[in-house]
Amino acid sequence: MTRQLSDMIIAPATPPGEGGVAIVRLSGAGVEDLLNPFFRSSVPPAEMRSHQLYYGQLCRKNGDLVDEVLAVIMRAPHSYTGENVVEVHCHGGSQVLRGVLDLFLDAGLRMARPGEFTERAFLNGRLDLAQAEAVADLIGARSAQAARVALSQLDGRLSRLIHDYADRLKEMLALVEAHIDFPGDEVGALDHPWLGEGLRSLAADMATLASSFDTGRALRDGISVLILGKPNVGKSSLMNALLGQSRVIVTDVPGTTRDTVEEQLVLGGFPVRLIDTAGVRETLDPIEKEGVRRASERVGSADLVLLVIDGSNPLADEDRMALRLCDSARTLVVLNKADLGLSCDRSAFTAFADPIQVSVLERSGLGELQEAVVARLGGGAGQEAAEDVMISERRHRDALLRSQEAVARSRRLVVEEVPLECLALEIREALDALGQITGETTPDEILDQIFSRFCIGK
Amino acid sequence: MSDVYDIVVVGAGHAGCEAALAAARMGQRTLLLTIHLDTIAQMSCNPAIGGLAKGHLVKEIDALGGEMARNIDVTGIQFRVLNTKKGPAVQASRAQADRHLYSRRMKQVIEGQENLDLKQGQVMGLMIDNGSICGVATREAKYPARAVVLTTGTFMHGLIHVGLVNYPGGRAGEPPAESLSDCLRELGFKVGRLKTGTPPRLDADSIDFSRLEAQPGDVAPRPFSAETKEISQTQVACYITHTNPETHEVIRRGLDRSPLYSGVIEGVGPRYCPSIEDKVVRFPEKDHHQIFLEPESLTSGEIYANGLPTSLPLDVQIGFLQTITGLERVKVMRPGYAIEYDYVDPIQLYPSLETKQINGLYHAGQINGTSGYEEAAAQGLIAGINAVRRNLEQPPLTLGRDQAYIGVLIDDLVTLGAAEPYRMFTSRAEYRLLLREGNADLRLSEIGREVGLLSAERLERVRIKKQALESGGQCLREVRVGPSDRQILARLPIGSLKNGASLEELLRRPEVRLDDLLFVDTRLSALSAEVREELEISVKYAGYIDRQLDQVARFRKQENQSIPVDFDYDAVAGLSAEVREKLKKGRPRTLGQAGRIPGVTPAAIAILAVKLKR
Repeated sequence: MTRQLSDMIIAPATPPGEGGVAIVRLSGAGVEDLLNPFFRSSVPPAEMRSHQLYYGQLCRKNGDLVDEVLAVIMRAPHSYTGENVVEVHCHGGSQVLRGVLDLFLDAGLRMARPGEFTERAFLNGRLDLAQAEAVADLIGARSAQAARVALSQLDGRLSRLIHDYADRLKEMLALVEAHIDFPGDEVGALDHPWLGEGLRSLAADMATLASSFDTGRALRDGISVLILGKPNVGKSSLMNALLGQSRVIVTDVPGTTRDTVEEQLVLGGFPVRLIDTAGVRETLDPIEKEGVRRASERVGSADLVLLVIDGSNPLADEDRMALRLCDSARTLVVLNKADLGLSCDRSAFTAFADPIQVSVLERSGLGELQEAVVARLGGGAGQEAAEDVMISERRHRDALLRSQEAVARSRRLVVEEVPLECLALEIREALDALGQITGETTPDEILDQIFSRFCIGK
Repeated sequence: MSDVYDIVVVGAGHAGCEAALAAARMGQRTLLLTIHLDTIAQMSCNPAIGGLAKGHLVKEIDALGGEMARNIDVTGIQFRVLNTKKGPAVQASRAQADRHLYSRRMKQVIEGQENLDLKQGQVMGLMIDNGSICGVATREAKYPARAVVLTTGTFMHGLIHVGLVNYPGGRAGEPPAESLSDCLRELGFKVGRLKTGTPPRLDADSIDFSRLEAQPGDVAPRPFSAETKEISQTQVACYITHTNPETHEVIRRGLDRSPLYSGVIEGVGPRYCPSIEDKVVRFPEKDHHQIFLEPESLTSGEIYANGLPTSLPLDVQIGFLQTITGLERVKVMRPGYAIEYDYVDPIQLYPSLETKQINGLYHAGQINGTSGYEEAAAQGLIAGINAVRRNLEQPPLTLGRDQAYIGVLIDDLVTLGAAEPYRMFTSRAEYRLLLREGNADLRLSEIGREVGLLSAERLERVRIKKQALESGGQCLREVRVGPSDRQILARLPIGSLKNGASLEELLRRPEVRLDDLLFVDTRLSALSAEVREELEISVKYAGYIDRQLDQVARFRKQENQSIPVDFDYDAVAGLSAEVREKLKKGRPRTLGQAGRIPGVTPAAIAILAVKLKR
């Protein structure tokens, strides 16, 4: 089979920036041949052993040196993508990296799309779906914590758990099917209590895993933190203070931030999406009115709301309006301008947790605010959560929930003693749902179990 | 070309008889060849038809216009419905046959069939012209043919084992087919070896039935065929006994002379039908196994010892039998034996059962690695129909997995192949709740009529049944019972009624049966028993049936995406070498079939789906 040149891809495998070493990865059937004219070493590429690093010089066709490098060939199928893969380890720095990439791009390779290496690994059967998704998450991981979750899925901990659930379901299904297809004394009476207990404990385990999803998603997608408040209480300044840089235009003319602005940062190990909103106030300005409407919409979808109030002044109508928009369980009240003294009426916040006093101007109270935010996002739970397996992919969670529902229905059927083929239908549905993650269970696997467990046949 | 048969069927067992009858009834000039004219439709093992999932197959054969159901109805000597305590989808009919009557009656039907010649002769080889079949050659003659159906059973290089003694045989007392499988091998077919076994036949006069538990048939025997009005044969009982630790000890002592455990037998045996020595070795914790003693005929004294298939030496067989209650002085009339035989892996077939190698050559029954009369008959029927349709240049008939157990059977065979003898189980049918014995006629009669095997009168009866079901359903939805209808409520097995409810809603309650409601409306009481049963199932299991229909809709999407026969898997980037190999070997016809090949990943299916859409 002849492969098109465009089937060979290249991309830096290390993050951008100044590092000691940068790695460029090439994948595709012909990458070994492609290396040949450029890599000068004591051993020509064709004779290089797979998975071994070789020192050499990377030169242009005209002989100009690009860099001194180490190169390794990983021959198919024993490579990450399952294709022939070449990695070139060059010196860090964008200048050198650019030179190496250009060399191969000029020779006809194309830049890989994001995730294309993983996609190839998956398509070539090097990764199962759960692993491939975990890798995609790993690439996209925006914090060390999220990376740990992704890693634990990659090494198959999630796969192992799901496989364990599937095995338990198979065992139960085999028992039920044996009673359907092999009536008579070989199989004995159906052990309803065993079945009921098996389903009960499985449902409990599934629920535990499913509940880890919310923390898992938070670690991967980031938590949305919305900054809300009446105009000119210092929302944008607070955002900038938290970001530690000035990206949002700040003026003292009310209504400068007319729409929402998003920034990302890492707080206590959690990736956080910080969202600044237009100030909440009655207004006739159509653009700003739209901004207010969006802000109140986003209150509903945010994981946490920072309600900013000018603590140095009595509560205004706009403050009360903003308070009404907020749900106390997901809101932290931030009293800004603490440097100007406290004169607002704190009794208005009794439904909320203790307000945090800050002075954005004097940069005071910000550490306390960060701690409070992290505490709200699951406390120190982030640290422990990473130790357990968490489900961070929406698709996995849906599959698990569908399986869990089918298990719940099965439990009812065991008690009600509905015909066994209906019970089998539910257990099979629970298995099929898990199959979305692990791959399907064939009827032969169930029969194998039956034949190995029961003395079947006349 | 009057010397050319349209169809030649090789072998007159359960597959061959259906294939030949179907072909002849569809108007084709047909020849049925058999090694021995006196053993047509022979029950070489258990003298019974039906059972779990097999009863379903027989009902489907009947709905398509096959012969098996009618034949057992005429010759059955004990009828039972199994699994009556379980749900409606897995209840199944089984009947004990008088195997002499069964064979004789089938022979009469074949002899009386127009367009059908029945001849004795052993087929030695196939006549091939340019990749297409053009006839068969027996020792004595050549028979040119446009299409050929091979149904060779256990005859190809059959080798019978009793203890360490073995000798060539197609079945006890009959010669093997010596060279046909060599011919198939030369043609490039992958030929494998399987093993099966049968229990000893006992002399009824030497059995003390008075010490055994009798198992009578159902009081009102239910026929298999929609055409049968009543069962007229004399009905008899079977008897139950058990092995015991002493039996097992005798068996263990004889294992050194077992061809199975001494490595003489190479063929793969069926795990669902293990020999008694296998059971004793594999399940040492079980101190007894159930045995059914089944009469083989009203007119002979042979008793079939169901549960005791064995290939131990005859003296060991007699030894362990005589430890069993009721069999203390038993005489063995025919020893149990194991038989090894050649089969052709069915992965080499299209879903029409035509071989991929040779045009016009069809395989059905044990040659495809199946076991069981019903599985054989079902394949024979489909192979016969499709051989005819090929001659008539019509597209082949393939039944879906959602349509019939026959569809599941054939799809499994041609998609997965058979590494061990394949038997049908209800658990193999993923849409089991839709595939009931009771609705086989509703599912398949129109197809039976369309291919030309079912009479107009039979189809009309199905149309009337459907109409009755509809009007019965309408009645259940329309008629309501209110709290004030005291007279009606008093006769129902429910307490008081707070709000009004339709009869359908009442019937959904577990404690209410349709029979309880018949008195409410004459439209219901007028329904036949068979319609009432279907109607009740369709109401009581509506939720589950709807869910299966949803599953079928999803399944159909992939199933309807066909893959061209000459699809170039090498040109699809992204398929792993392993998946590509499996797809090239299996050559699936649809995306759904591709997905059922073990090792073909969801990702591969996704890639193929994209490629096929372009």
